[in-house]
Amino acid sequence: MGLCLCCVPMRGFAAASLSLKDVGNGLFIREAPHEEATRANNGGIANIGFIIGRDSVLVIDPGGSLADGQWLLSEIRNRTSKPIRHVVMTHVHPDHCLGASAFAEERPDFIGHHALRSALDARGSYYRQRLVEIIGPESVGGIVYPTREIEDVAEVDLGDRIIRFTAHGTAHTDCDLSMFDTSTGTLFPADLLFVDRVPSLDGSLPGWLAEAERLKGVGAARAVPGHGPAMVDFGSAMAKQVRYLTALRDETRKAIAQGIAIDEASRTVAAEEGEGWVLFDDYNDRNVIQAYKELEWE
Amino acid sequence: MMHILRPAFAAALMTAICAGPAPAADSSQADAKREERWQLIADYLFDDREVLPNDSLIKIDAPKRAQDAALVPITLTMPEKDKIKSVYLVIDDNPAPLAAHVTFGPAADPGSLQLRVRVDTYTNVHAVAETKEGKLFSAVAFVKASGGCSAPSGPSDAEAMKGMGEMRMKFAESVQDGQPAEATLMIRHPNFTGMQMNQLTRLYTPSRYIDKVTVSYGDQTVLEVSGDISLSSNPAIGFNFVPRGNEPMKVVASDTKGERWEQSFKVPPVTN
Repeated sequence: MGLCLCCVPMRGFAAASLSLKDVGNGLFIREAPHEEATRANNGGIANIGFIIGRDSVLVIDPGGSLADGQWLLSEIRNRTSKPIRHVVMTHVHPDHCLGASAFAEERPDFIGHHALRSALDARGSYYRQRLVEIIGPESVGGIVYPTREIEDVAEVDLGDRIIRFTAHGTAHTDCDLSMFDTSTGTLFPADLLFVDRVPSLDGSLPGWLAEAERLKGVGAARAVPGHGPAMVDFGSAMAKQVRYLTALRDETRKAIAQGIAIDEASRTVAAEEGEGWVLFDDYNDRNVIQAYKELEWE
Repeated sequence: MMHILRPAFAAALMTAICAGPAPAADSSQADAKREERWQLIADYLFDDREVLPNDSLIKIDAPKRAQDAALVPITLTMPEKDKIKSVYLVIDDNPAPLAAHVTFGPAADPGSLQLRVRVDTYTNVHAVAETKEGKLFSAVAFVKASGGCSAPSGPSDAEAMKGMGEMRMKFAESVQDGQPAEATLMIRHPNFTGMQMNQLTRLYTPSRYIDKVTVSYGDQTVLEVSGDISLSSNPAIGFNFVPRGNEPMKVVASDTKGERWEQSFKVPPVTN
């Protein structure tokens, strides 16, 4: 396969290059647009980036496709020749981890939650197939499994720069991994924190609210969300997300208790919560269905 | 005829089809193809029996665009309920089109029925009511969805199978003697479709789904459900029954692997 830039639509390239932000201390983040995966964006719809440490480079989320990952790799190589020793896959969703195969030749540790492998087993081919239909088989890339699985917490060192990982309970998905850059106090909650783009629920709603509390305990002032601006104030961003998730939970429970059927609930629950969220109308109904099918078994 | 529509073969067929872009067809051509498909299915399911479109005997309510292709809520309404013996739900372009056949017993109120289904592609969904006289009437809805049958049942197969066979029954808060009351039966079961691939082994998880559910009330039948792969994981069936006395409601469910589960539920006290 190798690095074949000619396969990559230049339009996507140019747009993506412009959005790579240098946020200081060797930290670079691609601020992704709030879109669905398209041929033009190559599945590059999640915030992805890297840290250039003293000794090595760490990638946090390798991108939404092989093409997206190749773009990220080229951006790294434009800046440094240090080895890429760690590629972090924060969870199973394709917009975050399908780019991993672009880094295979760098032979990094692929770091993931202990449940990531089984989640990739269950969903990887489904996600790949969906993306193949959108951007074409040559741009998608293969599934990469984690080579280092995080059971609970773990640390790596980029050269006097300790990076700490936490494997979370089922929340946004069942395999969410967060990362904390101790030297800059920057939290990488990945998709445990959505900013501006409406959160999408694919794990456990009460679980997500519980893990949000746990993340608050880290005491990070700033964070790189999975979607949204490259850097945000953690406290206020999380508070806004918690407001939505709490409304979703409480109103879904109420609908279930009142005997409102799932289809009617999907049209009415949390329908007033859309202010300040992009793609709300595309995702809220689905979130209600996810919440309903979980909470009806409480 | 139907056997060629079974999951394993259909999955292979799908792969072949998905490899190339779908040819563009104008909408009238597409409509004609859909109608042709429906005739094929109707001929198989009902032999020579005529199926007449009729919206006063059966109505179907489905989302135009599915939010979750693996869980598409469908509501069937049968306004002239006393005439209805059974209903069929057919998802025309699913690999196994017949999602469910539900036969109403004497303890049922066949006014409405709610099901949750997997929808694999843009398709017509047909509801067919069979009257007590043996006549067939249909209603149709078009649903846009993609990938419902190959979407995983849960984070992993093991996770999806947890608590398999556990059941819940929800009843309307107030149940009045002789008045139809709503109930929802929920069954924990992954309902593996046979089209869900394990990335590691490159093998499809074998299909395994709830194929038979009987709900009875005292000594009378409420519903008999024959299900197929198109029923969503953790199948849920909303129905109506006519309360009387204090008899329990009993559910017997079995799956295609021959496992069987049984549970009784206390119906809320009837008020007059």
